[in-house]
Order: sequence, then structure tokens, then C-alpha cells
Amino acid sequence: MELELRGITKRFPGVLANDSVDVRVREGEILGLLGENGAGKTTLMNILYGLYSADEGEILIDGQVQHFGGPGDAIAAGIGMVHQHFMLVPVFTVTENVVLGVEPTTFGGRIDFREAEREVTEISRKYGLEVPPAALIEDLPVGVQQRVEIVKVLFREARFLVFDEPTAVLTPQEVEEFFGILRSLQEAGKAIIFITHKLGEVIEIADRINVLRRGKIVGEAIPGQVTESALAEMMVGRPVELTVQKAAASPGPAVLEVKELVVVDDFNKPAVDHVSFTVHAGEIVGIAGVQGNGQTELVEAITGLSSVLSGQVVLDGLDVTDATPREIHEAGMAHVPEDRQRSGLVMDFTVAENMVLNSYYDEPHSRGIVMDWPEIGRSSTALADEYDVRTPSVDVPVSNLSGGNQQKVIVAREFSRAVKATVAAQPTRGLDVGSIEYIHERIVAERDAGAGILIVSTELDEVMALSDRILVMYRGRIVADVRPEDTTAVELGLYMAGGQP
Amino acid sequence: MSDTTKVEASEPDAPDEPTLLEEISGVGTNWRNAVLVPALAILTALIIGAFIIAVSDVELLRLWGEDPGLAISETWGVVSSAYAALFRGAFGSLRAVSETLTAASPLILAGLAVAIGFRAGLFNIGAQGQMLVGGMSATIIGFAFDIPVIIHLPLALLGAMIGGAVWGGIPGWLRAKTGAHEVITTIMLNLVAVQLIDYMLTTEAIQRAGRDDPISKTVQVSARLPRLLGFLERSDLRVHAGIIVALLAAYAVYWLLFKSTIGYEFRAVGRNPDAAKYGGMNVVLLYVAVMAIAGALAGLGGANQILGIPEYRAAPGFAGSIGFDAIALALLGRSHPLGVVLAGILFGALQAGGQQMQASATTSIPIDIILVVQALVIAFIAAPALIRAIYRVRAEGGTGQLTQGWGS
Repeated sequence: MELELRGITKRFPGVLANDSVDVRVREGEILGLLGENGAGKTTLMNILYGLYSADEGEILIDGQVQHFGGPGDAIAAGIGMVHQHFMLVPVFTVTENVVLGVEPTTFGGRIDFREAEREVTEISRKYGLEVPPAALIEDLPVGVQQRVEIVKVLFREARFLVFDEPTAVLTPQEVEEFFGILRSLQEAGKAIIFITHKLGEVIEIADRINVLRRGKIVGEAIPGQVTESALAEMMVGRPVELTVQKAAASPGPAVLEVKELVVVDDFNKPAVDHVSFTVHAGEIVGIAGVQGNGQTELVEAITGLSSVLSGQVVLDGLDVTDATPREIHEAGMAHVPEDRQRSGLVMDFTVAENMVLNSYYDEPHSRGIVMDWPEIGRSSTALADEYDVRTPSVDVPVSNLSGGNQQKVIVAREFSRAVKATVAAQPTRGLDVGSIEYIHERIVAERDAGAGILIVSTELDEVMALSDRILVMYRGRIVADVRPEDTTAVELGLYMAGGQP
Repeated sequence: MSDTTKVEASEPDAPDEPTLLEEISGVGTNWRNAVLVPALAILTALIIGAFIIAVSDVELLRLWGEDPGLAISETWGVVSSAYAALFRGAFGSLRAVSETLTAASPLILAGLAVAIGFRAGLFNIGAQGQMLVGGMSATIIGFAFDIPVIIHLPLALLGAMIGGAVWGGIPGWLRAKTGAHEVITTIMLNLVAVQLIDYMLTTEAIQRAGRDDPISKTVQVSARLPRLLGFLERSDLRVHAGIIVALLAAYAVYWLLFKSTIGYEFRAVGRNPDAAKYGGMNVVLLYVAVMAIAGALAGLGGANQILGIPEYRAAPGFAGSIGFDAIALALLGRSHPLGVVLAGILFGALQAGGQQMQASATTSIPIDIILVVQALVIAFIAAPALIRAIYRVRAEGGTGQLTQGWGS
């Protein structure tokens, strides 16, 4: 049993997404497909899954050329895909989700739930995928939801399993469990393609590694015979610094104080539950935690985007609780928002227009109500140069830039003025290694210039590399306050999962 | 075709697909599409209009069975003379141009009212009601005072703007404070405005003395918009200063949108309210401001119909269907002030020319065909994918990443 992608080429207007890519995976083998965001991994897998058709090349199963008109054909051929974003109906039970679309029926088209539940239980027993068949998806933790996705694929009798960035949403412990599942699938003779940009994971789990860069397979490696830095260099195309270089912090006075903060979500449940912490000048405080544990609400409350129920936010001695975003901005806080496309940028605006998103109303960008576009053009061009934003001109819509360059526009806007505190949420999410390196350098430089910095990230590696102090957030509460040198990823992972080491 | 669109939606860091409203209102599109799609839509509509003219002629249809060759030349004759009459009626004489501009000015003003809403992400269906209220305000100021023209005319126009602004500002405020969708509230306020005007026209203070039907007193000469070609002393040249008001308003809207901080805020809130809030803008206030400005523009359009057109008085339905045509017009003009001016002149020309086409002895094509053409233009604008498919125009031509493609 063998799946082969041979000479796959796919062009999009202006880009070559896949350039004669050859990939093979055999029965009982785990192939790691490593590449940065935008390297063409997802395009390749979408071709395999029948979502796109390749311009050149072919897909072969056991030497037979396949023609996939859509995902239906790919599923019929035994290909199963577990997407990064789960495709589950939250208000359906596990069983209902698993059988959705291929329900076993009895006479007259009635769904045979008993049979469905039996099959789900059987699959979960066979592969060690514990799932509660009758539970609603919305009540299950992310790790279990992922298992439901895997059961779903197995229920459709997939022989070739593709996982697209499966560990992005998991805690370190859940990742270990997930790897256990992968191994049992491997023993059962499934062929597995594991797509990721995380070097350590691919070395740990894969039998063989293919590295994809700019649409091309640039290297193949066997774990155990290759180092992380060699893989990183292959992936990026140049030597990269995997650790953040920074001097010891010299914390000054407190610049951002959060006291007993309570924020409720849309359903009036506390999303942030009596959170208190202090960030000092010249210090980076990192908040670790699995996504959805109140970090988003905390940042929105601190930056004035949402209102607080009780508690206090103090910026350099000034009470800014429930102040407007503009008041907080003017009081000296910079904010790199969690989702750059949703709230950090106006995607159809030009780079220049985005550079002045929170300073357009003031001199020198405008006078009275008259925008000074020539001046904005000049200052934006200077900022784009200084912050290494790669764009043909600042009059190009920001949507035409790559994710890394979009983030640099935000960083340029937020870091280019003297501030007392900076709040950066997921500052490098989805970025390529080069941009991550650059943004980390800038954050450290900002700290060394005397700002107090709060980093919120779900990437534990990032929090550990950048922070001078680490807080762990779990279900709206701060459950740990540690120094990076005194802790380990395992310990933090336990805190993130709500445990106590 | 479908392949490319799918790709754009799912590639990392690809721009978001424009929403349907963004695409049909032209706010999110590039220059090439902004010009090409409307132009092709107009062309296609005229071609289909020609076809309808041809098949609606019973004599011609009979001829097809007897002598196809003759039928072809006859059909060509009918269609070409109809469109020739249309063109003559729109631009063929001084009177035709005068009529075109007379019809265009309220259309432009109301079109701007819809377009500025689109720019700020609001769908203002209420231009009709805003015109009625604005026009009524102008009427009352116009007949109630007896003051010099230098004060009276500006005062009447200002009154129209305030009336429209109030009528437009209410849905803006409701949207911002309660989340009530402006489509619903503006439609409802249109109905309220119609009834309100009907009622007001029968009150003693407003109704013309000695009349039983709902008709207002006549506006004083000092509040009327002067006729531009009055010096030629021809009563058929109706074009008045309203067109100048409309062009000035278009420039003002352009300046506001693209040169001022307020316009920057409008556009930011229209394209991404979350980012606008993040940037420290007061979204609540902006929604009210946009709708009030839109209402003021539509109000000016209403005043146009009272202060610029003989008999210089208000009667039920004095706004015709201009407030609704304005939606079509803003779509055709891609929500850009210049586009709205051009679209307004086109619609004005179709209206003026359509009357000529109907009146012409050789053709006597009903003016309804103009409505068909207008409706088709809008249908094609609203279905840009259709126009692109017909003419094989690529969507958003080459919006690949302009920088080095992948990665940084």
C-alpha cells in the first residue's frame, strides 16, 4: 500500500505554490512534511484531497493513477484528512458527528444510531482513541475533539491519514497523547502524513521528513540523523537563530498593574476571574495558556476594547480601567492585537493608511480634519524601511503583503513611539521563521528601551524564550507565576492543563 | 474561474474575499473592475434592451417567418432608430442636454447619499424618505419667509439638509445604540415619511389656499434655484442651479471621504469596524454621523425637486422613485463620487432620452424599455460574476502578492 504524489505543480496568479513536488508514503509509515507558513504544504494537501486540481503531475495509489474531482473521490480512495480547524457540529453528539454524511440506516432511511454508536465504540477501542459517544462536541476539550475528528476519518475507512498542523491547539501533555495515537495508527498499518512547522515534533514522531520551501521539496531527512538547526536551515534557506538573544532584565518601577480584574464573556460567565499581576519597566512578562482560557478577554479589557466587571487596570500610576482605546493609547500603551487581520489592520487600506490607524487624527498626520497624505506617505515609507516591511510602496493595499510583513506593519506602528507598556498578543502567530526572529528582536529591543512588555502566546516555546517572568492562565485564573530558568515545558504544560506539579 | 476564487479564500495570508455587498457596491474592488464591470453591464443591458425592442414588435416577428433577410434589416432599422431617438433626446439638442441635467441633479444627490453609506459599511435604503423630509423642509422655508434671495435660498437648502440629516440620523443612531439594522429602519422610515408628507400637505399651514387636494403653497421666487439658461428666454430649458449644487456636493463628498480625517474614519469603520474600534474611533458616533450626512445629501436632492422645478411646490410623491433609483445609481457608480456623477448623468440621459423615444413618431417605443435597461444594468452590476463570465474578464486581475510571494 503506497501513496505517491508525483511531479505536482500548482500555479496561482503571481505565485508558484507547488513546483514539481514528489512525496511518497507507505503502509505503517509516518512522513513528516515540514515547512513554513506559505511554503505550499496546505496547497499540496488540498490537491491530494481533491479540493484543487494540479496543473501538472499525478497522484498514484499502489501505482494506479487517481483522478480526484473532489473530496468525495479522495475519501473513496481511502484518504482521510484531519484539518487544523475542526469540522465538527458543536451541538451534535460525538456519534452524530462521526456518521454525518454516511449514516448507517435501517429500513425506510431511519438512522441506525445503535449501529453507529457500536461502530464508533469499536473504532475507539481498536486504536486507543477514547471518545464518549453520547457527549456533545461543545462539552469536550479540544484534545478530545481532535480524537473525534480522527475517529471520523477512520469511520470512513481511510488508509492514508493526513494531519494538518494537528498540535497547534494542544497542550504539551495532549501532544504526547496524540503521538501515542499516531503510533497506534501506525501499528495498525495506516500511512500517515504529518504536516507541521515545529521541528522538535517532527523529529520525535516521523520516520522520514520532507522539507518544503517555496513550493519545492528542498530536502529529505531521517530523524536521529539530523539536528533541529539543520532542519531549520533547510526550511528557511539560511542559518537561523533558534533561541532569543537577550541580556538579563533589569526591572524598573511597575508600569502596568492589573488588580483583581474580572471580565465576563457574552454569556455572563467570568472569562477573567480575579486576575492580578504587575509588569515592570524593562521586563517581559509572558502569559502562557491553552487558547480560550481567558487570555483574549484579558487583553481586550487591558487595552480598552471591552469593559470590565470589577477590578482595576493601572498604567504608570494612571487608572485606565474602562478608559477608551484612544485614551489608553495616548496614556502610553502599545497594543499588538491577537488577530491582525480582524482588528489590527484594515485589509483594503494601503500600508500608509494602516500605519496611521491610531494616530491619524493628530499632527503631523493631519491638521484639524485635513489629512496630510504627503506627510503620511513620507513617515510611512521611513517606518517601512526601518521595520523591514517588504512592500513595493506604501500605497499598496496591506492585503497584498505576506503575513509576516503585515505583522511588521503593526509592529512598526506600535513600536515606533515611546510607550510605557506594550501588550502583544500572539505576536508571531502564523509567521515564518525569519519574521518571528525579527519580531522577537524588536520586542527585546523595546524592553531594553525601558517599556514593560506583556506577551500573550499559546506557543509555549515563544513564552519561554522571550519572557523574564511567566504567568500561566487556566480557566480565567493565573495559576502559576514562575521564572523561565526555574521551570520546564513539562511543568508549565501541567499548569496549562489545570494540574499542579 | 471557480478554481481561482476558491484558492484566494484558502491560501494563507490571501486577502479576504470581498463580501457580496462590498463587491456589488464597489467599495472593495480595484480600479480596473470598478470601471470595466459597469461599462460592460451598460453595454450588455443595451444589447438585451435592443433584443426586447425587436421581439416586442409584432409586425417584425411576422416578417421573420416570411422573409428573414428583410426582417434582419427591418429589425436593425427599428432598434437603431429607437436608440438614435434615445440619444437625441438625451444629448441631441440644447433642450435635450438641459433635460438630462435636470433629471440628473437629484439623482446624483440621492446617489451620493447611498454611496457614502456604502463607504461606511451601511446600506442606506432611506434616501427616498430623507428626500421627502428634506424637500418638505425646503418647501416650508421656501413659502413661509419673504427675505432676500441671498439669505432665502441658502436657508431653504440648509433646512433641507437638516431635515434629511435628522431623518437619516435616526436609523444611524438606532443601529449604533440598539443594533437595529439600518436596512429595516430606513425602509420603515420611508413609509413614515410618505404618510407624514401626505398628512402635512393637507394641514392648513401648508396646503395651498382654496385647494382640496394635497398640494403645498408655492415657494417664493427668492428661494428658487435660478435657471441656468434663463437668459435665453426659452421656457423649455429647465436646467437649474441644482446641477451645480449636485456637482459641488459630489466634490465635497470626495474631499470628505479621501482627504479628511472624518472620511478616513468612515472608510475604516466601513471596511473593518473592529480595527476602527482598535484605532480609537468612536463607532457609535460614526454611524450616526454617516447617516446624518447621507440624509443631508438626500435632503438636498429633495429640495432640488421643489426649488428647481416648476411649479415650485410640493405634492405627494414629489420625489418620484429617485430615492430608490439612487441605490442602483450608487451601485453603478461604484460608491465613488465621480462614479455617482457619471451614473447620475447616464440615468438622467436615459430618462430624458426615453421620453423622446416614446414621443418620436417613427419609433414610439414605450418609456418602460428604459426601466428595463436600468434594471438590467443593476442586475448585471449585482452579478459581477455573470459579466465576467460573459466577457471572460478575470476576477480581481492578478491580485497575487506583490511582495516576494511566500514567507517574508
